[in-house]
Amino acid sequence: MDIFVQQLINGLTLGAVYAIVALGYTMVYGIIQLINFAHGEVVMIGAMVAFTVINALAAAGMPPLVVVLIGTGCAVPVCMLVGYAMERLAYRPLRNAPRLAPLITAIGVSIILQHLAMLVWSRNVMAFPQIIPLTTYNFAGATITGVQLAILCLCFAMMAGLAALVYRTKLGTAMRATAQNPQVARLMGVDVNRVIAATFVIGAGLGAVAGVMVGTYYGVAQYTMGSVLGLKAFAAAVLGGIGNIPGAMVGGLLLGVVEALGAGYIGDLTDLCRYGLGPEASCADGGHFILFGSNYQDVFAFAVLILVLVFKPSGLLGERVGDRA
Amino acid sequence: MKRGKWIWAGVALVAVTLLLLPFALSQAGTAWVRIANLALLYVLLALGLNIVVGFAGLLDLGYIAFYAVGAYTYALLASPQFGLHLPFWVILPIGAAVAALFGVMLGAPTLKLRGDYLAIVTLGFGEIVRIFLNNLSQPVNITRGPQGLAGIDPVRIGSVDFSRSDSVLGVMVSGPMKYYYLLLALMFGIILVNVRLQDSRIGRAWEAIREDEIAARAMGIDTTGMKLLAFAMGASFGGVAGGMFAAIQGFISPESFVLVESVMVVSMVVLGGMGNIAGVILGAALLSFVPEILRWTVEPAERALFGRMLIEPEVIRMLIFGLALVLVMLFRPAGLLPSVVRKRELTRDRAT
Repeated sequence: MDIFVQQLINGLTLGAVYAIVALGYTMVYGIIQLINFAHGEVVMIGAMVAFTVINALAAAGMPPLVVVLIGTGCAVPVCMLVGYAMERLAYRPLRNAPRLAPLITAIGVSIILQHLAMLVWSRNVMAFPQIIPLTTYNFAGATITGVQLAILCLCFAMMAGLAALVYRTKLGTAMRATAQNPQVARLMGVDVNRVIAATFVIGAGLGAVAGVMVGTYYGVAQYTMGSVLGLKAFAAAVLGGIGNIPGAMVGGLLLGVVEALGAGYIGDLTDLCRYGLGPEASCADGGHFILFGSNYQDVFAFAVLILVLVFKPSGLLGERVGDRA
Repeated sequence: MKRGKWIWAGVALVAVTLLLLPFALSQAGTAWVRIANLALLYVLLALGLNIVVGFAGLLDLGYIAFYAVGAYTYALLASPQFGLHLPFWVILPIGAAVAALFGVMLGAPTLKLRGDYLAIVTLGFGEIVRIFLNNLSQPVNITRGPQGLAGIDPVRIGSVDFSRSDSVLGVMVSGPMKYYYLLLALMFGIILVNVRLQDSRIGRAWEAIREDEIAARAMGIDTTGMKLLAFAMGASFGGVAGGMFAAIQGFISPESFVLVESVMVVSMVVLGGMGNIAGVILGAALLSFVPEILRWTVEPAERALFGRMLIEPEVIRMLIFGLALVLVMLFRPAGLLPSVVRKRELTRDRAT
């Protein structure tokens, strides 16, 4: 049971980060039906900028929280700028092009961003300086670290903030109107281009924070970190129903939990020796014959995604969309 | 009349160029013949994917999985791993069939999915296949995991061994050159299938499904069967290409079948002009040759300009590649050689 709670906590933490990244995908998709493949790279750039600043300030003797906040404060505007530039240069000119054209530019932008990051920060892994003291709290027989707690709180605060923005403010109303029907929204006096740019900027800002969080959580950042994270977050967005904001949150959390629980249990569950099926030689003296170990962790995210979509083709919370391919 | 003559002259010119190309390339080094072989493999892949994406309009981001399945099928049936050494003509159809089976496995549960949902599921499928290949070394060693499979048999047809040089009519023909001609023959086979498919009953059905699935079903098209057929056919071509890849390289590992490769093949199809066979071939040839040419020119260019290496050539190559993808799409959103239908779509008012 302890393992269960522990994995649940780990899964929720990672899932919360997935959810924040997934929001970036889903907001853009909801409004212009574009899979912004480069979003993962924005997250990576957020982590890299923050790490650079944090590493530079680490020796200054400021309190760790302030250092991390300054790092994040630098990462967010940089990423917002990248998000804006991306929309303006690579996606806006293709607003009325065939569907797959912006997908290819998104791939191009992603390649460019990744290699620019490599030029700036080299191939090496950047480590997070040892400034945050390791604090742990006991919770239902499991431990939760201070960093995990902070990530969880921050993620939920950001989700609440975004929900408030989308459902309570004028900009949010304009965003939802544009998502429903850009032509009519324009007739109602919505500056559609500005709303779309704002969506990109907000998504990129969230991505930057997510990048800092995931970097802090794992303690490292590298120019390649965006791809896998982006992929998982994209899967989370689709799982919840792409284009649907609460869906991205649910999808992210679910994906994180499933992944953590899967990694924690699959080895035990597929140990043939437990069922008396394994070969004698391996099972003697409490040995194991494990069919699938925790190295299959990444399979879970996608297996769950495929299963959910088979039974609910529009995702958990998504509405049925027409064929736009 | 006159126009027909010109077309035939053009075809003859292209044919002669393609036949003589390996001799010209081998003057520059055997490496270039190998690059041409790789380009041909990509053309095979792109043509296979074109069936799924271009004809049937099903966005497949995990296409490389079928390439991997074909390659591993070949490798397991013709390498010391299990001590099996089946002949080439037996394995290639098996590889195609196994890949087609995987295509149906992917297609069957995803029939209801559309557009971007399908894209992410196929992407996930590709990743799952790769992760399995990477980990199926325990507890029973099948794929040797990340180490990959080595010592794969080269193609042998009769007494002709494709890994060795032979002199034919007094002309030295190296191993890679033999593979070049084999791949060329395969390519023409696949082009023929593509061309014949396009205007067949099946091709029309795919086009109808791509344009409007509900309308297609109302017209009496068996959409389920047709979509599965598209997946299976596309996959089997991928499997054939994969088998050839394994035979040519003699070594395969999961690293050759990463997501970026899938993305690359999709880029080839879209960049060249989805659904247009000539466009797809152009896209595949460009995207496989240009990075190689850059690889060979960037370093000398940098030395000439700055006197030393400022930036790794690999980085510049990728930057230019990414930039090229963006620019081509900005200026020719329907691809370099768009298909007629896509052109029509571009000019149509797109109300959402």
